[in-house]
Amino acid sequence: MPSEQWTHPEPGDGPAAIAAQPSPEQVIAGLRATSEGGAELTQLLTPEGQRVPSTQFDPYVADVDDETLRNLYRDMVLVRRADREANAMQRQGQLGIWVPLLGQEAAQVGSGRALQPRDMAFPSYREHGVAYTRGVDLRDLIGIFRCTDHSGWDYKAHGFHPYTIVIGNQVLNATGYAMGQKFEGKVGDDDGEATICYFGDGATSQGDVHEGFVWGAVYDAPLVFFCQNNQWAISEPTERQSRLPLYQRARGYGFPGIRVDGNDVLACLAVTRWALEQCRHGNGPVLIEAFTYRMDAHTTTDDPTRYRLSDELEEWKLKDPIERVRAHLVRGGGAEPEFFDQVQAEADEFAAQLREHTFTMPEPPPERIFSNVYAESSPLLEQQRAEYLSYLDGFATAGEH
Amino acid sequence: MMELQKLTIGKAINLGLRRAMEEDPKVLIMGEDIGKLGGVFRITDGLQKDFGEQRVLDTPLAESGIIGTAVGLAVRGFRPVCEIQFEGFIFPGFDQISSQLAKLHYRTQGKIKMPVVIRVPFGGGIGAVEHHSESPESLFAHIAGLKVMAISNAADAYWGIQEAIRSDDPVLFFEPKKLYHSGALKMEIDTEATPSRVAASQLVREGTTATVVAYGPSVKVALDAAAAAEEEGKSLEVIDLRTLSPLDLGPVFESVRKTGRLIAVSEAPSESSLTSEIAARVQQECFYSLEAPVLRVTGFDTPYPPAKLEEHYLPDLDRVLHAVDRSLSW
Repeated sequence: MPSEQWTHPEPGDGPAAIAAQPSPEQVIAGLRATSEGGAELTQLLTPEGQRVPSTQFDPYVADVDDETLRNLYRDMVLVRRADREANAMQRQGQLGIWVPLLGQEAAQVGSGRALQPRDMAFPSYREHGVAYTRGVDLRDLIGIFRCTDHSGWDYKAHGFHPYTIVIGNQVLNATGYAMGQKFEGKVGDDDGEATICYFGDGATSQGDVHEGFVWGAVYDAPLVFFCQNNQWAISEPTERQSRLPLYQRARGYGFPGIRVDGNDVLACLAVTRWALEQCRHGNGPVLIEAFTYRMDAHTTTDDPTRYRLSDELEEWKLKDPIERVRAHLVRGGGAEPEFFDQVQAEADEFAAQLREHTFTMPEPPPERIFSNVYAESSPLLEQQRAEYLSYLDGFATAGEH
Repeated sequence: MMELQKLTIGKAINLGLRRAMEEDPKVLIMGEDIGKLGGVFRITDGLQKDFGEQRVLDTPLAESGIIGTAVGLAVRGFRPVCEIQFEGFIFPGFDQISSQLAKLHYRTQGKIKMPVVIRVPFGGGIGAVEHHSESPESLFAHIAGLKVMAISNAADAYWGIQEAIRSDDPVLFFEPKKLYHSGALKMEIDTEATPSRVAASQLVREGTTATVVAYGPSVKVALDAAAAAEEEGKSLEVIDLRTLSPLDLGPVFESVRKTGRLIAVSEAPSESSLTSEIAARVQQECFYSLEAPVLRVTGFDTPYPPAKLEEHYLPDLDRVLHAVDRSLSW
């Protein structure tokens, strides 16, 4: 099936070229879940766990030995186990909602592990794996979904901005932050700073993402736009967002765009390191499209059986990001069977801690409603707080009698 | 050292911005056409020449982009001052203002400060085409987490813009565009003095017959009406709100307890507006002092009309005096 061999007609092209533009079926075939993600997909590890050599990207993972690979495997297993636990807790009524990352562990762990502590990450709301790589305790994150908090970690200490729920807003915020890094002269060599911004395929339709691309390019912001194309924006497929493969959009803004196998943790690590290097050296932004798949629902309120075929899911199961690393480690002798058992036990304990924490999480006191609306509080809010607490005290007094 | 200068509102803002930029290298100014051109109203004239293109940013043309990147710059530690060319163009940035700018401090329980100022020329009376004469300030006053200021004179413009920039909270700073370059409103300002605080309502004319509360361009209308009323033997007390959110209504309550009557003046449509809020809270706080219902003189609940009709739409001296008469006849 033809995938991405077609090109758009350019000004001056004759009628034949215009007539040769792709049919809707070809467009869809180029965008959607082809088995390899297209001819330009960067991959270092096949779904079968075979190492694929790459002249361009091998230097970026030259330091990745068996131990590092085992750590990446462990990261993904822990993150997946926590994700499954949280998903189950939502089903048990312990969380208001959960946003599953199942299937996107490699995109998140690979890109997150490419970052330096001095870098800043701006997530959307599914980036639990990135949060983990930034040292955010997932127990501090889960309050968002138990609805006790909006953001429970120190963004500065972890270099991890609060989650952003409104689609695409964070892309502009990240761009501004990266502009600040540039203005402060923090780019120019290997020690430079960079920012990474996460968003989905659906977000690319938002004006803020377009504007982020414009601003990033105009100001040479040290910013990696990391689009996790998980194929579905709730029920809207990628072809409802674009006629072009998403990474190709970068060309229109004048910076590099690259499509990486988002289920290949090694490739995600290498490509993100390369992109960050571009940024650190002052070469401006890079767009990475991590070609992956959301194996679960958009959120726990969603029902993907209404809009996608089980065949598609089965096909993507064969490209599981964790299994391919396991296969690679086993095949190359990089890990003993005990290692996998040990990681699984560790993951179970990790999930148990998350569960225990969730169950015992205190609810915030009512005065919290009024806290930190402003840096400098307002008299009206102080009055509302006092009146409401007094009103609540009335109930307590009544109960005592 | 005393440095008295006679300034228009426009020039006062320019000098206020300049002083804020001199005092804090983290202050950036950003917007469309604000550099070489000095802004469409020339309010930022000369600033890029003196502070450079990295502190006075001529941005691409997109309001969400201006505000969204300002949010990120603030997270990084900068103090951005955004200019929106006309109030009618602020709506593409409304999402960033309401979803991020207003909420990040709350969302992070104070870990992230949002010292961003958005300067918005607002109001009618300049004979402009559609989208250039609106008064959307109530929309922003309704959003928790934002501060909203509206200045009416050069002294408040000079000190107010500096106060807004120093604030760790996001501030929507509404400027009466019709009055930017009014020679008649020039004020003598000691630009080197210690800053005076603008975030409170101010009694700008004492009176006993009725109270008129206004803000922004309507303060001049209220003062003109008070001068005309005096000739008819009526003494109007005029209060300039200056800060629309959080509202400082203490001086208004005090005045209404004295005069027993209140007329609230604003160019904005009346329904669900700041004048609605004022009326509600005054009746709540001053119920036994009121001799008449709170009356409002406002724009109508229509889109802003073609400018050939704006003299009918905008509150003017006669409509304010008519409202005073209605209040007195109660």
